Amino acid sequence: MMTDFESTMRKREPREEDLIRGATGDWEIILGLEVHAQVTSEAKLFSASSTKFGAEQNTQVSFVDAAMPGMLPVINRYCVEQAVRTGLGLKAQINLRSVFDRKNYFYPDLPQGYQISQFKHPIVGEGEVVLDMPDARTVIVGIERLHLEQDAGKSLHDQHPAMSFVDLNRSGVALMEIVSKPDMRSAEEARAYVTKLRTILRYLGTCDGNMEEGSLRADVNVSVRKVGAPLGTRCEIKNVNSIRFIGQAIEYEARRQIDILEDGGKIDQETRLFDPKTGETRPMRSKEEAHDYRYFPDPDLLPLVLRQAEVDAIRASLPELPDEKKARLISAYGLSAYDATVLVSDGARADFFEAVAKGRDAKLAANWVTGDFFAALNREGHSIEQSPVTAKQLGELLDLISDGTISGRIAKQIFDSMYKTGRDPSKIVEDEGLRQVTDFGAIEAAIDAVIAANPDKVEQTKVKPQLAGWFVGQVMKSTSGKANPQVVNEILARKLGLSSDG
Amino acid sequence: MSELTKLTLAAARDALKKKEISAVELTGAYLAEMAAGTALNTYVTVTAEKSMEMAKASDARLAKGAGGALEGLPLGIKDLFCTKDVLTTASSHILDGFRPPYESTVTANLWRDGAVMLGKLNNDEFAMGSSNETSFYGPVVNPWRRKGDATRLVPGGSSGGSSAAVAAKLCLAATATDTGGSIRQPAAFTGTVGIKPTYGRCSRWGIVAFASSLDQAGPITRDVRDAAIMLTSMAGHDEKDTTSVDRPVPDYEAALGQGVKGLRVGIPKEYRVDGMPAEIDALWSRGIEWLKAAGAEIKEVSLPHTKYALPTYYIVAPAECSSNLARYDGVRYGLRVEGRDITDMYEKTRAAGFGAEVRRRVLMGTYVLSAGYYDAYYLKAQKVRTLIARDFAAAFADVDVLLTPTAPSAAFGIGEKTDDPLSMYLNDVFTVPVNLAGLPGISVPAGLSSDGLPLGLQLIGRTFDEETLLRAAYAVEQAADFKAAPEAWWKA
Repeated sequence: MMTDFESTMRKREPREEDLIRGATGDWEIILGLEVHAQVTSEAKLFSASSTKFGAEQNTQVSFVDAAMPGMLPVINRYCVEQAVRTGLGLKAQINLRSVFDRKNYFYPDLPQGYQISQFKHPIVGEGEVVLDMPDARTVIVGIERLHLEQDAGKSLHDQHPAMSFVDLNRSGVALMEIVSKPDMRSAEEARAYVTKLRTILRYLGTCDGNMEEGSLRADVNVSVRKVGAPLGTRCEIKNVNSIRFIGQAIEYEARRQIDILEDGGKIDQETRLFDPKTGETRPMRSKEEAHDYRYFPDPDLLPLVLRQAEVDAIRASLPELPDEKKARLISAYGLSAYDATVLVSDGARADFFEAVAKGRDAKLAANWVTGDFFAALNREGHSIEQSPVTAKQLGELLDLISDGTISGRIAKQIFDSMYKTGRDPSKIVEDEGLRQVTDFGAIEAAIDAVIAANPDKVEQTKVKPQLAGWFVGQVMKSTSGKANPQVVNEILARKLGLSSDG
Repeated sequence: MSELTKLTLAAARDALKKKEISAVELTGAYLAEMAAGTALNTYVTVTAEKSMEMAKASDARLAKGAGGALEGLPLGIKDLFCTKDVLTTASSHILDGFRPPYESTVTANLWRDGAVMLGKLNNDEFAMGSSNETSFYGPVVNPWRRKGDATRLVPGGSSGGSSAAVAAKLCLAATATDTGGSIRQPAAFTGTVGIKPTYGRCSRWGIVAFASSLDQAGPITRDVRDAAIMLTSMAGHDEKDTTSVDRPVPDYEAALGQGVKGLRVGIPKEYRVDGMPAEIDALWSRGIEWLKAAGAEIKEVSLPHTKYALPTYYIVAPAECSSNLARYDGVRYGLRVEGRDITDMYEKTRAAGFGAEVRRRVLMGTYVLSAGYYDAYYLKAQKVRTLIARDFAAAFADVDVLLTPTAPSAAFGIGEKTDDPLSMYLNDVFTVPVNLAGLPGISVPAGLSSDGLPLGLQLIGRTFDEETLLRAAYAVEQAADFKAAPEAWWKA
């Protein structure tokens, strides 16, 4: 859906890094997104049919979904709650009265000949999403509206040489269309927006955000202008279904528009498709071919009326959202903004961190969780839920480091073993004899052996105290890394005649 | 004519309960009348085998002293109601061969109460028409004829099959639907009683939709008591229709006979339209006198936006129909005419499947909803609709029911108005405002025209006050003492 945004868009000073250099000067990209998010719900928006993904074709279709004569839609109140929950999560206005309209057009996978949607009176009004950019900037993207609508079925063109088939399993599934204001200025910001929106939806449990299954798709509105000029004509790139493709589509489309304008041409307002194979966008239909959807209020449905008390109850049940969680992680655990951002990008990750950090050194916990632990997950392609190491086990590992049972170096070795086998760290320490040696006698003996074998180094160290590190390395090597490094340092300093704090 | 089919619904019900007759006998008598009455073209589908099975089951229940409120009573069903596994076409070519795998809520309520289905009744295609001439299955013929004139007359529409079948005693009573007068006008044209209840009183689930904000089911019957009995069974809240209203269904029959003493009856002055035949005007005056004589208080009221009702209706109803009929695309059920590609298939299917009147209304509706016209037509019409409803609300502050003629004329000849859609639309001038306001209305036969055709009076009630409406209708019926019946020429 297209809205006139010029008056409501956020004023932003263009950033040098975001501008695209053209032959005639610098260009600014203006981006607005319409995200279609499938509502997490067992049943469809207006029927009791299942919404489960991947079922046999046409097995999740009620008489309503197939638009049989005389069938009537009945609103699924759970989907309404989910939309309200999402609106609250986007800090948005909740409209206590909203209206379902019919959007009329013919298509074989649209059995009613119209989509039930919300046009003039959406359930959710203006809100905002805060983007945390990698360079520590924050960008605020305005939300124009969120409305509920039905998904269409699916046309299958590859099942028969001369015919197309239709699968109505998706027909009538509830979608939230979330319309942003044109507040983004680069592909990077658009990607960050979809990523953040998806995180918020997942925190709320209102959309699983699974782009491969089509649970989240974006229509991207792209226009370009010379810095300071009025908004240019935009093109809408339909149904882009991965965050990477969103970035690619924007970069291609902006360049295409700039090339046309710099050649003295003009942009036709049109709907385009992104082809992931070529990385290009191509026209789908022009403005002249655009449908006249003949929206009007659906006479089968009464206006949707919510009580303030219902909205308040949903508000009271909201989970902690990423922005609040981030602020709390920073203040409660003293984390850096970067670590906190990384952790809250996935609620399960943040929960994992908190379980590890509870009652422990938060910085040590953050280093381990965002460092070795996330690295292992990424390497193995595991989600938090699939991790062979539990928060409890990682916490134990940290305890073993803190109480001096093992050294940090050994801890990495133990962690690798935990990740491979799922065993408890204490068990690994025992089984493999990895306990740190703090026995002064044993360490002293090891040091004496190294000193005795390297008299030349001893002499050199007296001149250049930094060479003490070489001795530490040798001692650790001869004790298989089990010697407590602090103890090694102390004894070495004494033996080599250096101050222990040197 | 069989003696059995002369019984009213109430009389047949009582006779069945007393086991003076059996449901099988009664059903058999109707099936015989139907077979002899094919010249009227009232039924598009006869379900004789199913009828007899249902009758037998009713007799079994009656024998045990059990049975519902309509046990063993044979009814005709307008073909707009979806009936499980029974051909349902809305009298349109586009629903060729469509056998719904479900039963409409209203008919399910009737079967729950023990009624017997005789078959599906002809109607204007998708209920669009006022004469039952737009049916794909051909026009229904009114059992009534002008005195000494064999001209075939229309039975009114869109529930023309229902009105004609009840008038010719080809069923005890019939279901019907009313979007702009489709129950009341055919009742007036055939000397029968037709009640359109308040919008939301009967479930629309399983009724082929014409204009969703106006469509409402109701019965056509031989008298007011039968209408009350039928409505009691048909009405009720349905979770599957969110526009149906959750309030208890009273025993409407019990409301009859309470008299109209002290009842305030409004006479809307704007209904005295130019060019209304003197005999309609005279009939209206007689109605006023009857109610006055029965103790009612007569008051003139004003419904100032009446003249905008017809144009408003002919924007709202086609707009909704243009969208409601989009599902008939040849993809999933009904007629399909193959084409070069999907668009060609749509176009060929819909061109072949829809008749001229349906096409006209789909076009009008598409036009009034189009970009650039929406505000001037549809939005304006919705505003006027609100004003019309307010007119009624204001009038009902002073009166309990309104009395008007049902239609501006008696039945006319088949083919007489088919070339003049506007004059056809004028038939609904007194009935349409009631649908726009969502109010209940009833037509009661009140006399004969100079050439011997039945004429009806309409009573309009407050929202969900069908009881007062039926009480007043019963008083008019008693006073009018309408006994005339058509000669059974169709059996010749």
